[in-house]
Amino acid sequence: MSATATSPSLAPIRFETDPGRYKHWVFEVAGPIARLGMCVQEGEGLRDGYQLKLNSYDLGVDIELADAIRRLRFEHPGVRVLVLDSRIPRVFCAGANIHMLGSSSHAFKVNFCKFTNETRLYLEDMARETGIHTLAALGGTCAGGGYELALACDEILLQDDGNTAVSLPEVPLLGVLPGTGGLTRLVDKRKVRRDLADVFSTVAEGVKGRRAQEWNLVDQVIPSSRFQQAVEERARAFAEVTGVRGRDAQDAPVVLEGLGGAYDDGGVRHRFVTLEVDAPARTATLVVRGPQGPPPPDPAAARAGAQDLWLLRAARELDDVLLDLRFNRPEIGTVLLRTEGDAALVGAHDRFLEAHQEDDWFVFEVAMAWKRVLKRLDLTARSMFALIEPGSCFAGTLFELALAADRSYMLDDPERPCTVALAGLNRGTYPMSNGLSRLQTRFLGDPERLEAALGLSGPIAPAEALEAGLVTLAPDDIDWEDEVRLAIEERASLSPDALTGMEANLRFAGPETLETKIFGRLSAWQNWIFQRPNAVGEQGALTLYGRPERPVFDWRRT
Amino acid sequence: MAKVDLAARIPNNVDLSSDRRLQRALEDWQPRFFDWWMEMGPEGFQADQVYLRTAIDVGRDGWAHFDHVRMPEYRWGIFLAPAEEGRVIPCGDHFGQPAWQKVPGEYRNMLRRIIVTQADTEPASVEQQRLLGQTAPSLYDLRNLFQVNVEEGRHLWAMVYLLHTYFGRDGREEAEDLLRRRSGNPDSPRILGTFNEPVEDWLSFFMFTTFTDRDGKFQLLALAESGFDPLSRTTRFMLTEEAHHMFVGETGVGRVIERTADLMNELKTEDPDAIRAHGGIDLPTIQRYLNRWFSSSINLFGGEQSSNAAHYFAAGLKGRYKELERFEDHVALDAAYELPTVVGDEVRREQIPLRNAMNEILRDDYVGDCEFVVDRWNRTLEKAGRPERLTLPHRRFNRDMGIYSGRPFDPEGRPIAPEVWEAQRDRWLPTRADVDFVRSLMQPELRVGRIAGWIAPPRKGINGNDFAWEYVRFDKSSAGVKLGAEPSRTG
Repeated sequence: MSATATSPSLAPIRFETDPGRYKHWVFEVAGPIARLGMCVQEGEGLRDGYQLKLNSYDLGVDIELADAIRRLRFEHPGVRVLVLDSRIPRVFCAGANIHMLGSSSHAFKVNFCKFTNETRLYLEDMARETGIHTLAALGGTCAGGGYELALACDEILLQDDGNTAVSLPEVPLLGVLPGTGGLTRLVDKRKVRRDLADVFSTVAEGVKGRRAQEWNLVDQVIPSSRFQQAVEERARAFAEVTGVRGRDAQDAPVVLEGLGGAYDDGGVRHRFVTLEVDAPARTATLVVRGPQGPPPPDPAAARAGAQDLWLLRAARELDDVLLDLRFNRPEIGTVLLRTEGDAALVGAHDRFLEAHQEDDWFVFEVAMAWKRVLKRLDLTARSMFALIEPGSCFAGTLFELALAADRSYMLDDPERPCTVALAGLNRGTYPMSNGLSRLQTRFLGDPERLEAALGLSGPIAPAEALEAGLVTLAPDDIDWEDEVRLAIEERASLSPDALTGMEANLRFAGPETLETKIFGRLSAWQNWIFQRPNAVGEQGALTLYGRPERPVFDWRRT
Repeated sequence: MAKVDLAARIPNNVDLSSDRRLQRALEDWQPRFFDWWMEMGPEGFQADQVYLRTAIDVGRDGWAHFDHVRMPEYRWGIFLAPAEEGRVIPCGDHFGQPAWQKVPGEYRNMLRRIIVTQADTEPASVEQQRLLGQTAPSLYDLRNLFQVNVEEGRHLWAMVYLLHTYFGRDGREEAEDLLRRRSGNPDSPRILGTFNEPVEDWLSFFMFTTFTDRDGKFQLLALAESGFDPLSRTTRFMLTEEAHHMFVGETGVGRVIERTADLMNELKTEDPDAIRAHGGIDLPTIQRYLNRWFSSSINLFGGEQSSNAAHYFAAGLKGRYKELERFEDHVALDAAYELPTVVGDEVRREQIPLRNAMNEILRDDYVGDCEFVVDRWNRTLEKAGRPERLTLPHRRFNRDMGIYSGRPFDPEGRPIAPEVWEAQRDRWLPTRADVDFVRSLMQPELRVGRIAGWIAPPRKGINGNDFAWEYVRFDKSSAGVKLGAEPSRTG
């Protein structure tokens, strides 16, 4: 397999976009109804070598989708319903482009699937957190990732013309899994009976009409001649719903302006977040700088100054840096998380967030942006060490970075004091994929310790933090340098695959959720299958798709 | 219907009387078929006695048994061509292994899709043609129309037999859906586009039976090479009937051309308006109809480079026309096909894997066959001393699927600018005015021995009878209404 989609010589992938630059989606907002119409441009793939036929998608298509979902939350407080449809006749979406997958490296495929999975979850988060009802209007072929996209909506309407079907053809056709949550959502979300799901997932042509509804694969089948009207009526039914947390059409939209970061081989530089790459050491330092002034006096002022609001901007910049790290810097195995700034100011911003997140939709959106980016950090397959040193501001929201890290090192030097701090936000504003806060997950076996930690008010000194279990190690000034250097060098020497597996297992203790199943079960199995000769060997099903030969399988079950 | 009755009423060579599975399926399906036939079959002639050929056996005498019957009483039968001893899978990865007598599980879904797609065209064409009886140019033509219709019905039975016998519950449901879809209905259209286009007049009907049914013939020829033996045997018998449909189409258009040539000679004119004024169909209009139906039918072969086609061939489900006689390499894995692709204004030759080109290979054979047909039509013009000739448009012309869709080509296959297409379109394809004119000619002529003015009578009648013969005996209660009194000629 060639690695055309991720060769280092290819232009790096950028994740910022805006509706004016969309190539693959028509984004329309009319009063309370928003529409995202998929119209993938065949020749506009992110990389050369494949055509995006039949509304099949690559990462570029999904970057636009993720952007549209984010903008819907921030820029369109009047919207109550989102209709997801297609602007190409007779097809809704044919799923991820097979030729793109076939020509991509393993690492790219894994990160592509992770990103698309995150985006599907963002669609569900949006519906749950903002009350925007999401409606998939399937007016044509809906296969594989196309159906998985529909599954991420609240409601699925299927045109019934005797022919249009929903399908998950990955197993019978490609020898891989529907990897964007399809299998999980079938049985966990839509509660499709497992035996029917088994039948459905092995019939390449899928299920249509009445049976699709009977099996709960879709919510409603509608004759073609009434389809558009029925979608319209269904959308209107949600148009009068009252906005959640004061979301109101009268509000001025908060437009997400471009961040304007600088990117090069040495790293990424944003206003508050930077990534400094040490290529020979395969290590990078991710620095988040705290706010330079106090929080705005009230939510209206926060909205008016959204472009410069530290709380929002730092979250967006961190998100951009994490995606850059995942896709453009595959050899960086270890990331050192640092913060710089005034912990008291971080605390003030946190208090602002905490005070208004329940009653102001915009402030709530800012909190949810942090929730998402912290999850993205949890799901980034790099070793993360937090380094807590003098001048840092690991407090409240930013202390979540230390909690997300695989290990944290805090300098214990009486000459150069350094502290961390917790805030109310650490209690549950930023749940992980398992539904628990990072502190809850950390103290899974010891709830008393959790309460004790949350009871610590004010700055927490190194010894106290170590005692409370909030940091891994607190070396003194004599040991610090060697201790940290050895840890980093040792980490960088271990097998990257073993580390990825180990970290993913240790980070998500506690209960299973739809999300943990998608990332931990579905994605993990998919990543295994993606490496197996039965999929990607010379005679594997994915390799031979579209070619004249038929796959030859190794029949031994593992 | 009692089981004994069922087996006795349905002529068959599949041992229906001892096949409980098939009996059970047919007991449910047969009444639905009759409901469908009464609702969607030929409109207005169900009580009349039509001189029809019925297959009652696969032997030489058995498949051409003629009698006057009411169409709803037609004995739709189930026949397979006789089994060939020791038949092997003729192509693909399983080449040379014994042909399958049961559906191989790994190919079940693919086979079902192939059979359903073929089956869907059979009732579709009956639906498309259901109103044509009301404007038939002669009793002879009326009879031929109904012969085509009942045989399309039988072809549906043939395909449903496969679904019922080999595909369990799924097969029964697909068989029901075949009766549920309706040509041209936006809510439940037939599967393939051409089969949702109305066949509104007899020139279209003759073009349809020439070009669209000929696609059917070539699909059947490819399926006759299937490693799934029951499909091969079924389609081989269907081909004996399909030949008559080609005959109806080709001679039908030929007789229209003959009449037009005669008018041109009589009137000593080439002026289309003059021909029209005298009730004939001018040659440019015939050419435009030819262009429309050929270009629409040629889409039915599918994409030029197709992974489905490669899978079907690889699996041995669908071969090439005369696979064993015409080809030496039946695995076809290492060879390539040279596909002309158009980049900008330049035609390039691209090598694609042979298996992926199977649709195009079948299309090649089809185009060649169509060229012979047009040659024969031109001989009619030649014999009449006319210098004009009809031409088959290039396969790139007027395509709405495949690699040649999405940009215009002229009838010679040269890429042209969209403005040129817009300017020339009405010269190349039937206009609304053409269609209206042709329809204006469509007045029924149902008196024995008479024929409409826009078509010549056939050289001879059916089964040794004269043209002037009572091919359809009208039910007394409706006869008066049907016999037209428009000006017409005797044959």
